Amino acid sequence: MVSKLVVLAVIVLGVIAVAQLMRVYELSSKLRNKNEAEISNRDNKLNANLMLIFMLFFFGGFIWLMLEYGWTGRGGPASVHGHELDWLLNLNFIIIIAVFFITNGLLFLFAFKYVKKPGVKAFFFPHNNKLEMLWTIVPALVLAVIIILGLKSWNNVTDEASPESIRVELFSKQFDWTARYSGNDNVLGKFDYKLTADNNELAILTTHTIDTAISLMESGPTGIHELENKLNDKTIILIPEERDKMMAELLRKEKLVRLLYQMKGRHDSKLDAQAWDDFIQKDTLYLCKGKEHEFNFRSKDVIHSAYFPNFRAQMNTVPGMTTRFKFTPDKSSVQARIEKNDPKYNFVLLCNKICGGAHYKMKMFVVVLEEKEYNSWLDSKKNETFKDKYFATTSSEETDASQTDEEGVNEQENGLTVAEEQD
Amino acid sequence: MAAVAHEAHGHHDDHGHHEESFVSKYIFSHDHKMIGKQFLMTAVFMGVVAMLLSILFRLQLAWPGESSDFVSFFLGDTWAPDGVMKEDMYLGLVTIHGTIMVFFLLTGGLSGTFSNILIPLQIGARDMASGFLNMLSYWFFLVSSLLMLGSLFVESGPAMAGWTIYPPLSALPQSISGSGTGMTLWLLSMAVFIASSLLGSLNYIVTIINLRTKGMSMTRLPLTIWAFFVTAILGVLSFPVLLSAALLLMMDRLTGTSFFLSDIIIGGEMLSQHGGSPLLFQHLFWFLGHPEVYIVLIPALGLSSEIISTNSRKPIFGYKAMIGSILAIGFLSFIVWAHHMFITGMNPFLGSVFVFTTLLIAIPSAVKVFNYITTLWRGSIVYTPAMLFTIGLVSTFITGGVTGIILADAALDITIHDTYFVVAHFHVVMGLSAVFGMFAGVYHWFPKMFGKMLNTRMGYAHFWITIVAAYGVFFPMHFVGLAGAPRRYYDYSVYETFDSETFALMMDLSVIITIFSILGALGQLIFLFNFFYSIFRGPKAVQNPWRGTTLEWTTPVEHIHGNWPGERPTVYRWPYDYSKPGAEEDFIPQTVPLAEGEEEH
Repeated sequence: MVSKLVVLAVIVLGVIAVAQLMRVYELSSKLRNKNEAEISNRDNKLNANLMLIFMLFFFGGFIWLMLEYGWTGRGGPASVHGHELDWLLNLNFIIIIAVFFITNGLLFLFAFKYVKKPGVKAFFFPHNNKLEMLWTIVPALVLAVIIILGLKSWNNVTDEASPESIRVELFSKQFDWTARYSGNDNVLGKFDYKLTADNNELAILTTHTIDTAISLMESGPTGIHELENKLNDKTIILIPEERDKMMAELLRKEKLVRLLYQMKGRHDSKLDAQAWDDFIQKDTLYLCKGKEHEFNFRSKDVIHSAYFPNFRAQMNTVPGMTTRFKFTPDKSSVQARIEKNDPKYNFVLLCNKICGGAHYKMKMFVVVLEEKEYNSWLDSKKNETFKDKYFATTSSEETDASQTDEEGVNEQENGLTVAEEQD
Repeated sequence: MAAVAHEAHGHHDDHGHHEESFVSKYIFSHDHKMIGKQFLMTAVFMGVVAMLLSILFRLQLAWPGESSDFVSFFLGDTWAPDGVMKEDMYLGLVTIHGTIMVFFLLTGGLSGTFSNILIPLQIGARDMASGFLNMLSYWFFLVSSLLMLGSLFVESGPAMAGWTIYPPLSALPQSISGSGTGMTLWLLSMAVFIASSLLGSLNYIVTIINLRTKGMSMTRLPLTIWAFFVTAILGVLSFPVLLSAALLLMMDRLTGTSFFLSDIIIGGEMLSQHGGSPLLFQHLFWFLGHPEVYIVLIPALGLSSEIISTNSRKPIFGYKAMIGSILAIGFLSFIVWAHHMFITGMNPFLGSVFVFTTLLIAIPSAVKVFNYITTLWRGSIVYTPAMLFTIGLVSTFITGGVTGIILADAALDITIHDTYFVVAHFHVVMGLSAVFGMFAGVYHWFPKMFGKMLNTRMGYAHFWITIVAAYGVFFPMHFVGLAGAPRRYYDYSVYETFDSETFALMMDLSVIITIFSILGALGQLIFLFNFFYSIFRGPKAVQNPWRGTTLEWTTPVEHIHGNWPGERPTVYRWPYDYSKPGAEEDFIPQTVPLAEGEEEH
C-alpha cells in the first residue's frame, strides 16, 4: 500500500514539475517574441537531419534483424509443397523489400533534402499524367506476376489428394488433438457427434455405437428415464430454477434421442467395417516420409486451427463441418534432428485459433518415419483397432487406464517415441 | 431539411453570437465543433485505457510467469494472483485492447472527431445537416464506451474471444469465462456503437452533398472531405452487417437458435443445435471488418493529404488521382473480406477470387504513396509536429502495406495466418498509420479546435519517441511471426519442448518488443501533458497559423455558433494553390477570386 502511495506521489510531483518547466519555457519564448506557429530554420534543419538519421537507423535495424533472425525463423520446409511455398515467399520478399527500401528511402531523402530554405520557393507541380500512368501500370504488372504465381501454388496445394494417399483424421477439442488412422481399408469410418461416449470419444458411427448412444441417452445415469423419475418424484423438492434446467435438459435429450432413432433407421450396417479397423492415436502423430497424407479435420467444441509450421500447412477445424488439407512430408524427424543439431527437436502440430484459456498449450508432436519404420509402427497398431478397444471397454469398464499404459510400453519397445520432452 | 437549416442560420447572421448555458454549450451541445471535441476527449481516454491494457499483456509476454506489482496493481488478486495474470484475463486484455483501439479510438475518435470538426468548416457550412442527430451520435458513442469499459469489471471477466469474437467460443460461456456477461456487454456496446456510427455517417454524407457553400463544387473539395465522404459511405453500407451478426449471435446465446452453432459438445454437454455455420459469422463479421480497416485508414490519409500539401507549400500531387484512388480503395474494400478466411475451410476456389481482388487494392495504394512522395519533391518543407507525423504515416503505410502483399497471397497465407506476422502487419499499416494520422490532425487543427497553440518542442519529442518506439515494437514482431509464433498465446513455453532455438529467438525479441512498447507508452505522456496543458494555458492561436488555403482558416479564432460572423464565404478555386507562380504569397485562400488571366487548376 505504501509503495503505491509513493508511486502516486511521484507521478503527481512529476506532472507539477513539468508544468512549471513549461511555464518557464513559455515565459521565455514570450520574451523572445517567439510564436509557436513560426517554425525556425534551426528547428526545420534539426528535423530534416533527424529524418536522415532515422532512415539510416531504420534500414540498419532492418538489415540487422534479417541477418540475425533470417526471414523464415521456422527453419526449412519438411514437406514437398513447402519448398514451392518457401520459394514463392522468398520471391515475394525480394519484391517487397525492394519496394520498401526504394519508397521509404525516397520519402526520407526528400524529407531531408527539401526542407524549407530561406529564399527558395516550392515548385508548383500539381500533376503529370505520364508519371501517374507510370506508377499505376508498373505496380499492376508486378502484381500480375505475384497473383499468377500465387494462384498456381494455391491451386496445387488445395487440390484433391490422390486416391492412394494415407487418410488421417485429426480431431480437436479443448485442449488437445486426437488422430484417427483409417486402418487396412484406408477409408475412415463415418461419425456423428451424437454418438460421443466415454468409449467412443470420436463419435464413430457403427450399428453398435448407435445402440450404445441410444441406451445411454435413455437409461444412462443422466438419461431420460432418470430425469423423468426425478421430475415426477413427489418426494424430491426442487427449486424452480433447477426444475427448469432439468426440463430443458429433458427436452434436449428427447430431441436428440429421436434423431438417434432416425439415424439407426437409416444406417447401413455394411459401413461398420470401415469404422472397425480405424485406430486412434493420441499425443503423437506418426507420418510416413514420402507418402501423401490427406487430413480430415473435425472439432468437438469451438474452432481450432491445425497448424503444422514445419510442413507449411494449416487448416481450421470447425464444429459442424469437416475441413481438409493434404501434404507429403519429405524429411524424417531423425533427419531434422541431425540438421538442427538438436536431439530434442521435434515437428509439431499447434493450435492456431484462439480456443480458450489453455489455447497456448494445445499441441501434438509429429514424428515422420521412414517407410519401413512407419510400416512396423502400423503393424504394432494392428491389435488396437476401434473394434478391439470398443468391445474391450464395453465388456469391462476398468481396462481404460491399464490400456493406455500398455500403449506407452509398446511404443517404447519399438523405439519410436518422441524425443524426450524434458531432462 | 437543408433549406430549414439555412433559414435557421440566417437568424444567426442577424444577431451574431448569443450566450448559451453551460449544459447546452458543453454537454448537450448541437454544435459540430463541440461534438467533435467531445469525441476527441472520449477517444483519447479510451485510447489511454487500451494502451495500458497492451502494456499489461506485453509484460506477461516478455517475462512470463514473473510476478509484477504493476500487473497486480491493475488486475488485483482475482485476475492476477501473486502478480501473475491468469490465462483467461490475458485473452480478455487482448480482446478489449483490440476492440477499443479499432472501434473506439480509430473509428469513433478519428472519423468522429475530424469529420465533425472539419466537414462544416471546410465546405463552408454553418453546422451539420442535423445538429440533434449529431448530438445523439456522440451520446450513443459515450454510452457504448461506458458499456465496454464496464465489461472490464464484471465478475466473469470481459469478452475473451478475440476482437473478432468468432463463435462458438464467443457463444458458449462454458468454453471460456469471458463469454458470459462480458460477451453480452460487448455485444450490447457494439450495437449502441453501430447506432452512433450510422447516425454520424448519414449526417456527414447529407452535409457534404447538400450544404456546400457557393462555388464549392465536388472537385474543389479538400481531400479530407473526400476521405470523410467515402468513409461515411463505407460505414453506412457495412456497419449494419455487423449489427446483424451481433444480433444473430445474441440469439444463439440467449434463445437457443443455431445460426452459428452446429454439432457441439461443450463441458460434457451435448448441444442440440444443428445446421448453423461458424463460417457464416465470419463472412458477416468480415463484410464489415474489412471495410472497417479502411474506415480507420481513409480519414487518416485524407488528413495527411491536407497537411503534407500545406507544409510542403506545394499543391498535393495528382489531386484527381487521389480522389480516384480513395474511391477505388473504398469500392474494392467491399469485395475482399474473405482474405481473412483463406484457411477456415472456405472453398479454395472462392479463396482465389479474393486473392485477385485483394491484390488489386495495392494499385490505388501505390498511387497514393507515390503522390505523397512527389508532393514532397522540390517542396519547401516546414516541420510542424503535424508534418512529422504525416511523414511517419506515409512511412508506416508503405512498411505495413508491402507485407499485406504476402498475406493477401492465399498460398503464402497458409503458413503465416494468425501468426505475429499478421499482428505486425495490421498494427503497422492500420494501427500506426491511423494513429499517426490522428496525431497529425490534432497537432494541425488544435488551434482551430481550442484557439490555443500546442507546444512545438514537446510535439517534436513526442513524434521522435513515438516513431522509434512504434517501429521498435512492430518490426521485430514480423520476425517472431515468421518464426511461426501463433498470436494470442499466453506464453511460448510450449516451444521449449520441441525447438529450443526458436524458443530463444521468440523470447529475445519479445523482450525487445516490450521494452519499446513501454518507451512508446511513456512517450504518449508527453502528448497527454501537452494536450491538456495547452487547452488551458497554451499561447493564443492566430487565425491562420499554418498559412492554409482552406475555409476553416477564414473563421474567427473564437468559436461562434454558425462559424462565420457574416455571410458564408464564396469559393473560387481549388484548395491547393500553394506557391503558385505569379502570386505574391506562397498560398492563395479558396475565397480569393481568380486574378485576371489566371487559370484555375
